[in-house]
Amino acid sequence: MSRGHFGPGRVRDARDVASDVRMVAIEPEAGTRPYPTGAHLDIAVIVDELPDIRSYSLVGERPADGAYRIAVKDVPDSRGGSRFVRALEPGADVEISDPESHFELQYGRPEYLLIAGGIGITPLLGMAHALERHERPFRLLYAARTRAQLAFVGELSDLLGDRLELFISDEGRRLDVGAEIDRLDPDGELYLCGPLRLRDAAVRAWRERARRADRLQFETFASGGRFAPEEFVVRLADQDGREVVVRRNRTVLDALKDQGVDMMWDCLRGECGLCAVQVLEAEGELDHRDVFLDEDQQRDGETLITCVSRAVGGAVTIDTGFRVGAGNGSSTQRIETR
Amino acid sequence: MSSNGDIRRVPETFKLGDWPRNCWYAAAYDVELKRELLPRKIAGRNLVMYRREDGRPAALENACWHRLMPLSEGQVEGDNVACGYHGLVFNGEGRCVFMPSQKTINPAARVRSYPVVERHRFVWVWTGDPALADPEKVPDLHWNDDPEWAGDGKLIHLECGYKLIVDNLMDLTHETFVHGASIGQRSIAEVPFDITHGTDSATVSRWMHDVEPPPFWRMQLEWKTGEPAGKVDRWQIVHFQAPSTVAIDVGVAPAGTGAAEGDRSQGVNGYVLNTMTPETERSCHYFWAFVRNYNLDDQRITTLIREGVSGVFAEDEVILAAQQRAIEEHPDKQFYNLNIDGGAMWARRLIDKMMAEESEDARYRMAASDSEMLSGTRSRVEATEADAERLGLR
Repeated sequence: MSRGHFGPGRVRDARDVASDVRMVAIEPEAGTRPYPTGAHLDIAVIVDELPDIRSYSLVGERPADGAYRIAVKDVPDSRGGSRFVRALEPGADVEISDPESHFELQYGRPEYLLIAGGIGITPLLGMAHALERHERPFRLLYAARTRAQLAFVGELSDLLGDRLELFISDEGRRLDVGAEIDRLDPDGELYLCGPLRLRDAAVRAWRERARRADRLQFETFASGGRFAPEEFVVRLADQDGREVVVRRNRTVLDALKDQGVDMMWDCLRGECGLCAVQVLEAEGELDHRDVFLDEDQQRDGETLITCVSRAVGGAVTIDTGFRVGAGNGSSTQRIETR
Repeated sequence: MSSNGDIRRVPETFKLGDWPRNCWYAAAYDVELKRELLPRKIAGRNLVMYRREDGRPAALENACWHRLMPLSEGQVEGDNVACGYHGLVFNGEGRCVFMPSQKTINPAARVRSYPVVERHRFVWVWTGDPALADPEKVPDLHWNDDPEWAGDGKLIHLECGYKLIVDNLMDLTHETFVHGASIGQRSIAEVPFDITHGTDSATVSRWMHDVEPPPFWRMQLEWKTGEPAGKVDRWQIVHFQAPSTVAIDVGVAPAGTGAAEGDRSQGVNGYVLNTMTPETERSCHYFWAFVRNYNLDDQRITTLIREGVSGVFAEDEVILAAQQRAIEEHPDKQFYNLNIDGGAMWARRLIDKMMAEESEDARYRMAASDSEMLSGTRSRVEATEADAERLGLR
């Protein structure tokens, strides 16, 4: 699994920076190192008494005073990772990775558009600082449901002036992603971090305008799903119809692993597709939260990316590709590629 | 399963070698770069370079995101590079645009791309903070594609650290002893010289009046005038631009015709253009050209001089590689300096200044292992600085 090197760290302080956002400063024992834009930190957490790993974007363009800063949203439907991190008190010991970025700013474009939805502001904060420092043209659009949910707005407003625009849906101002993309230079780039609905809308609008796919960059974690998570049952057709319960705060992959089902996985962000299973039957709907399957594949519902995606409204029957006396070439972990 | 050696772990931009990061380094001669993949290690980074369909150069990290296969073993496809192992395709900005057997592309998939600009017949890359890559900072070697000048040059791979070539060019006394058959003459080691310095440049000037021209210059003066050459006034004005570019204004004019006072019209003038690119701590790419300001259309002269200078530099190659080996064989020893080393010491101080400015920036703070690697070099430079003080060269 491509995870960074972990080392000990200690929580220096933790405070609320918005109605549902808590900022936690962590001092790594080995000292901080500079990180590129869009970087995140992996933190070892305990969820339901089991060790796990969660990724959080780093706040700011660089470490300050020997500490990394992350901002964690209070998610009622959380799998439990954010609850663990939000409960950390100053002095608490944690295991953290080196920073790593899959969401780095590419310089040299004539203009940039940054779009944040809610807690998605965290990686974009450092990008805004970097673009400002290097005097590149850009705008930052920040959407949230309520004004109280906005974090870092004072700082951003001082830095950006009218290049910062707020879209607070409770106050009646909604973000029209398509119209904003139309305002962006044809060779400009869009960096987005926010809920799945926002990401889907942006990807669709980008594609409709025939813009180059590689000029839309998004961060994949913290994007949630189309439905609130609920408990459901996974039936394993390849293992005598055995049933595994996926609790609200566990992923399908976790639940299967917990029950000793042999699974393959890597990224845990819905990107690589290694943890895919074949879906034979779904009583309700599938809540695809990955970026591995395209829209058509998600609609077809024949595959589920188990590290992030879920089901709602009933049981799902899957095939993990397990065969007694394997080697007979009948594996069904198959991704149709057209 | 990962380790610290994983290229995806540490942004390589933020590590330091024995050279500044935030500057342009020549990575290829214009004629070298084609619609083919050219692998080359530049400032400690493994790069692969090629030209896009419209001719613009691209420079990427030479390791596929997927299994680290050198991309240089793959192929150019349009503006992109296809990995020769599993067919992943990356565009000139390093972003993946094709993955096999799936309909989507993992958004994390990219290889590092390096800012690149083509100027003065060289393709320059920037291995430092890409946000700071300003094409205006490309070293001035405009003579290399100026219609007032004609000439050509070559690329040499040298088994020595790039600073040893800076030293070599900043003190031309060595011509007397290394290049006695072509450009050397006793007077170089005898006449005085002037050193001036700026915030990012240094200049060493030497005039030799009323001397016999060495073979290389006698030949050129005779090509221009068509007459046997007599005694000349000879000049060597060495301009250093930090960190590793040296443009040397050289020439001879018949003695007493006013060259030193500014009238070089009776003489022949050339520029030796040099820019060195660190490869590793102990090897570098040395790009050079010799251009002249007379008989511009005579290709025969261009070729003769290029091959002649090539032979002269081969003499330096032997010396510099031997010096590098000796440095490594005597880790406990340092350099001592002579008066002739003033230009080289200014150059090294300007290089050190660039590196110090980078290391003050929090984003470039060195990891412990990096500073350890540097300490040998540092003490050597400290010694030269102390000596500079003693010699009153500050």
